Amino acid sequence: MLGFRVQSTMRMGLKSLCLHKLRSFLTVLGIICGVCSVIAMLAIGEGASFEAQEQIRQLGSNNIIVNSVKPPEEGSVATEQTSALKYGLTYTDAERLRSTVPGVAVVVPSRQVRRHIVRRQRRVDGNIVGTVPWYREVANRSLVRGRFVTTLDMHAQAAVCVLNEAVARKLFPMEEPLGQTVRVGGDCYQVVGILRASSAKAGSAGGEPTVGLDIYIPMTTAEGRYGDTDMRRRSGSFEATIIQLHSIIVQVSAPMPTLDEMTHTARAIERVLRHGHNKQDYEIVVPLELLERARETKRIFNIVLGSIAAISLLVGGIGIMNIMLATVTERTREIGIRRALGARRRDIVAQFITETTLLSSTGGLLGVALGLVLPYLVTRFAGMLTIVMPSSCVLAFSISVAVGLVFGIYPAYRAAAMDPIEALRHE
Amino acid sequence: MPIAELRNLVKTYEMGPVQVHALRGISLTFERGDYAAIMGPSGSGKSTLLNILGCLDTPTAGAYYLGGEDVAGMDDAALSDVRSRSLGFIFQSYNLIQQLSVLENIEVPLFYQGWPAHESRQRAAALAHLVGLGDRLHHRPSELSGGQQQRVAIARAMVNDPLVVLADEPTGNLDSATGREILAMLDQLNERGKTILMVSHDQSVAERARRIVQLVDGQVVDDYRGETG
Repeated sequence: MLGFRVQSTMRMGLKSLCLHKLRSFLTVLGIICGVCSVIAMLAIGEGASFEAQEQIRQLGSNNIIVNSVKPPEEGSVATEQTSALKYGLTYTDAERLRSTVPGVAVVVPSRQVRRHIVRRQRRVDGNIVGTVPWYREVANRSLVRGRFVTTLDMHAQAAVCVLNEAVARKLFPMEEPLGQTVRVGGDCYQVVGILRASSAKAGSAGGEPTVGLDIYIPMTTAEGRYGDTDMRRRSGSFEATIIQLHSIIVQVSAPMPTLDEMTHTARAIERVLRHGHNKQDYEIVVPLELLERARETKRIFNIVLGSIAAISLLVGGIGIMNIMLATVTERTREIGIRRALGARRRDIVAQFITETTLLSSTGGLLGVALGLVLPYLVTRFAGMLTIVMPSSCVLAFSISVAVGLVFGIYPAYRAAAMDPIEALRHE
Repeated sequence: MPIAELRNLVKTYEMGPVQVHALRGISLTFERGDYAAIMGPSGSGKSTLLNILGCLDTPTAGAYYLGGEDVAGMDDAALSDVRSRSLGFIFQSYNLIQQLSVLENIEVPLFYQGWPAHESRQRAAALAHLVGLGDRLHHRPSELSGGQQQRVAIARAMVNDPLVVLADEPTGNLDSATGREILAMLDQLNERGKTILMVSHDQSVAERARRIVQLVDGQVVDDYRGETG
């Protein structure tokens, strides 16, 4: 029998709300916005955070990346002559890091020069990266096809190269790259593999226009062909930079290191490098640290988001209470009639709380629907990854139901407390 | 056993600093099948008496037995229950719920009694037919004439098979022709055995009843039991 009454009460409540569709809609607008914005913003935040964390993860949570950076200007005189600036990491650094820093498993040095890579009529302005065979594992890169640089290649100073996906696409749009040759200046390299693109870019070199347009050759080949000096023309004079290594990736032996362990190792690296360098021409990037920071940012974002959502739901609830109080006054006569016909106070309470809860729940449902659509649109038109969390939908909807219950209590009790005789005399 | 019995009923209420003695010791007995009219000038306490008879108000002192039950000391929830079980109301201004259809209006007392939807629908429909509104079950009160609305009210008052039907100026808002129809309907109800207590200031209406109780200043001054007028 309870089932019937609940059903009838709900049906009656729904009917009352439909009678004033516009008024009902405007009342729940606050709730719709609150619920929708919570779901959508959480989805956007989750997507952004996921992308950021993925990028960092690709760098390797047990890696420390040391990059050569151009030291701050020392007031060098710009003359018409060539000036050679020597800075950055050296082979000695790499060897020292490998042998003296505790906990280090492997060290991956690399050096790069910017060159035109040519294939028949096509040309790509990219980077020639000379590195070691274990670069691929340490840097979490996977092969699309073929193989990476091997120790044999290193010994033989072989003229082989591995293309980054982007370069392969640009130079070989129609044909299979493996086995073909590309030309860099006067040198030819045979393509032995294609590397899948990586979204990660650690350090300050990320803004370069040639980002991602890399081909990888054996370190020994790079040493032999390009040496340390890189000549570049800049504002009237030739600027030569002498950099031995552009980056060294240090991988620690512990498979799942803690942030403390990584920070400890990073400091050890810092000490070793400071010894050999008299200027700040390197930077140390700890991806795990970045990861922690990204997580913390997300946590704060969620707290701020939660507060905003709470406020808007509160406002929505007050709106419902306000409208309900007016409705109760409007229906004073009806309340009196129902009481005369046998409604107890709790029946009146049930009737009005049902109405407010139906109102807020409908708003919640509409908010959830909107909250699912918005992230999709954002992904489609802004290209940002969004991840809708089902838990956020459930939570936001439950809160909207609760808001209806809580903010309906006062108007419902006002209705129930009316004296039937007075109510019948009303209006 | 009388169907309704009032013993020394007193009702006093405060209107600001003033104490109003609405009823000063009313003793009345109504038997099953009675058709009584309560008359009196304004201020005589007839509305107050009707409210107490209808369990919408409780007396300050005295006893009220309805169907043998002592209702004078009941709390709000219990009184509400008595109203939905044992009483039927007909108001001067019909007092139908505007958002509900004819059928839904009639079944309201059954809803508060906890009747399942299917059964209450059936009973409401039967009563709608009884009062001649079988073809307007789904109309809203705003789509009905005054007389039709009052007929809905009568059906509603009968739907729970009450012990007593209370009518407060049932023809007050109707023209004389329609009013006569309604009174004829009440006569019919009484002929079938329903106890009807009516309040009216109109002598011609009151004379339809077999018993006229005259109230002045909160006291019964006359209790005329004649034949059907």
